[in-house]
Amino acid sequence: MKSKIFYGFLLLGAINLISSCKPKNPSTSLGADVASKAYVPPGKHDEYYNFVSGGFSGQMSVYGLPSGRLLRVVPVFSVDPEKGWGYSEETKPMLTTSHGFVPWDDLHHTELSQTNGEINGKWIFANANNTPRLARIDLKTFRTAEIIELPNSGGNHSSPFGTENSEYIVAGTRFSVPPDNVNGDVPISSYKQNFKGHISFVSVNQESGEMNIAFQLKTPGVNFDLARCGRAKSHGWFFFSCYNTEQANTLLEVNASQKDKDFIMAVNWKKAEEYLKAGKGQKVTAKYAHNVYDEKTHSATSKMMNEVTVLDVSELKDICYMIPCPKSPHGCDVDPTGEYIVGSGKLAALIPVFSFDKLQKAIADKAYDGEYEGIPVVKYEAALYGEVKKPGLGPLHTEFDGKGNAYTSFFVSSEVVKWNIKDLAVVDRVPTFYSVGHLCVPGGNTRKPSPKYLIAYNKITKDRYLPTGPELSQSAQLYDISGDKMQMILDFPTIGEPHYAQAAPAELIKNNGQLKIFKIADNSHPYVAKGEGESKVVREGNKVHVYMTSIRSHFSPDNIEGVRLGDEVYFHITNLEQDWDVPHGFAVKGANNAELLIMPGETTTLKWVPDRTGIFPMYCTDFCSALHQEMQGYVRVSPAGSKTALSFSVGKNSNPEEAKGTESK
Amino acid sequence: MNFKLSLLLLTFIVVLTACENKKDKISKTVGGDAASATPTTENYDPKRGEGKYTEASLNLGATIDDAMAESGSKIQGVKCSSCHKLGTEKLVGPGWKGVTTRRTPSWIMNFITNPDPMINKDPELQAQLELCLVRMPNQNLTDDDARHVLEFMRKNDAAK
Repeated sequence: MKSKIFYGFLLLGAINLISSCKPKNPSTSLGADVASKAYVPPGKHDEYYNFVSGGFSGQMSVYGLPSGRLLRVVPVFSVDPEKGWGYSEETKPMLTTSHGFVPWDDLHHTELSQTNGEINGKWIFANANNTPRLARIDLKTFRTAEIIELPNSGGNHSSPFGTENSEYIVAGTRFSVPPDNVNGDVPISSYKQNFKGHISFVSVNQESGEMNIAFQLKTPGVNFDLARCGRAKSHGWFFFSCYNTEQANTLLEVNASQKDKDFIMAVNWKKAEEYLKAGKGQKVTAKYAHNVYDEKTHSATSKMMNEVTVLDVSELKDICYMIPCPKSPHGCDVDPTGEYIVGSGKLAALIPVFSFDKLQKAIADKAYDGEYEGIPVVKYEAALYGEVKKPGLGPLHTEFDGKGNAYTSFFVSSEVVKWNIKDLAVVDRVPTFYSVGHLCVPGGNTRKPSPKYLIAYNKITKDRYLPTGPELSQSAQLYDISGDKMQMILDFPTIGEPHYAQAAPAELIKNNGQLKIFKIADNSHPYVAKGEGESKVVREGNKVHVYMTSIRSHFSPDNIEGVRLGDEVYFHITNLEQDWDVPHGFAVKGANNAELLIMPGETTTLKWVPDRTGIFPMYCTDFCSALHQEMQGYVRVSPAGSKTALSFSVGKNSNPEEAKGTESK
Repeated sequence: MNFKLSLLLLTFIVVLTACENKKDKISKTVGGDAASATPTTENYDPKRGEGKYTEASLNLGATIDDAMAESGSKIQGVKCSSCHKLGTEKLVGPGWKGVTTRRTPSWIMNFITNPDPMINKDPELQAQLELCLVRMPNQNLTDDDARHVLEFMRKNDAAK
């Protein structure tokens, strides 16, 4: 009897063991080999970098693919106390605008720099959707290197799309508004008379990357949504989707959905350049900030600009052409050959595909259907290559694989549809979870896509992850598109709301000359301390400048006395380390500010205004060595007018005799 | 009875090993790189250290080159003085006095340009780490920087 029970237990145990070998994940329906496709073993690198817009977080996140591992969040338009971005004295100018210091924005799209229509790994651009701006992030440092504000704009949504050699990054206004140089105090209902659209063509210096507004196109008042450059045969052209051609100023949900067709605006920017050269541009006053970060001084400067050159496209006839496009087009995407332009009407039940060759012929033949506010409207059929019939509900965005296929996201029906460009036939469809917005194929907007994966960025996650109260994350879903059928292989949460994203092969970025440290010898910050011997404290009126150094694991000086109430203290901290991945942090009690995170060889400044007398601790916030907890110090704050002498030291311990006389009474 | 028991046990073992094998496979692919990175003290020469320098390649002069030592002193101020005093007193790391008599020139040159691998392998450095608890950072010295620092150490040791 006993032994039978014993056998029974043994048997049970064996069964248990067998079943424990089975994967417990409920996603087994995805197929047994799915996990291995997205699996990157610990210590191994991913195949791709994925640069994902952070939406209303204002930042850009960087993921590895196919693992979906979050590698970094790069602060761009929003302050980031973790990195001191927008809090340190050096980075505050980066967030300066004509409206003053703006600590937040809404980052929607990213655009990798290109050479000859291929990703070159130098920079990535990003747009600020609220207070219109354009940022350039340096991919050697993964830091925001430059931000330029865009005048005459309201809502920089149609941005930061670029040309084949990043000659220009464009910025089209979502909200048409009265131009900055006229009186904007007009009735909102005077939209049709007073509101104008502006599209900025921002030039990029191919060496330094520095951006400048080369010119703006002044257009009729509409909403510009998205854009793509022409490439290869269509290089020299740019295509912008526009909606609200009804020019409504209220309840756009209904009033901007009246017309059967809105437009894709084709822009011949080479022609615009000719006009510019011929002096047809009008210089108008406009106030906008241009902020640049200098890696040698470790400081940003903000310059207020006051003029921009505008080309009026209603007067300069052959720059712009309107192509009718059904139902409030959102995405406007050009295939790798440059021949096909795909419009995605948010409310349409078909996808129109336009032909660049046919468009050129239509323009030559003047196959027009009248004008829209002075801009020729090309006949729909004259530019149309064909329509994808009944592809799904709510087409938004299209990416390409370079093998003749297009992938379009459908927001309303939550799916990705793969279709063949030549014969306009749907070949495959997969669900997304849920409400997909943009798609990304690495290099999907270039001449040479790298079509192994497709990533869908979703607005709604509902039941996909463990619940976290009312607010849930957004998500990305990764599909293997190397075969005929798309196959979902991974699903991961994202920061902010991801809109558009781009991806590049890992080799291209990691071999671009990644910076590991800032050379201390090259540091030309005005308050640098190159070595402990140069650390000191200097009073200039009520400003106290602390030239401080940090190295594993102490600050110099770490004892400071003689600070008085009413002083402004500037801690200029130089990290003396010259080894990769050894930042030091800095925080001081009561700072109405953030921490500093100082990279090796860098100097960064925290402003601190003590609010009471007493002893204030300061410490290193980034675990730096086994003696990190010892990396600390004190600042003594005395009353205003106190006679306590300014003094500083490191490694000098207290002497009871000496201490007697120095108590401030 | 015994037969039944052993049969069951066998099933048990088979199942167990089936699982084990799977795990093994995974950990093997995972460990591929980690295994090769584990320190091996074989072939380590504690006199020369590890790095690109040998006694022969250094070619030290009989007398001290003051210009080089002066340059080394400046580098010391920026990159070394936070942790090393010039006397015998320990700060974060040991004082420099006598270092050129305790260590060979090639050991010094290798250590200051290639600290991490040497800290992993050198028995004396491991003993030192137990005292200091801070690994000497790689301060990215160029060949010239390192040579000048060595000259400054020699000068520091020559001074009475």
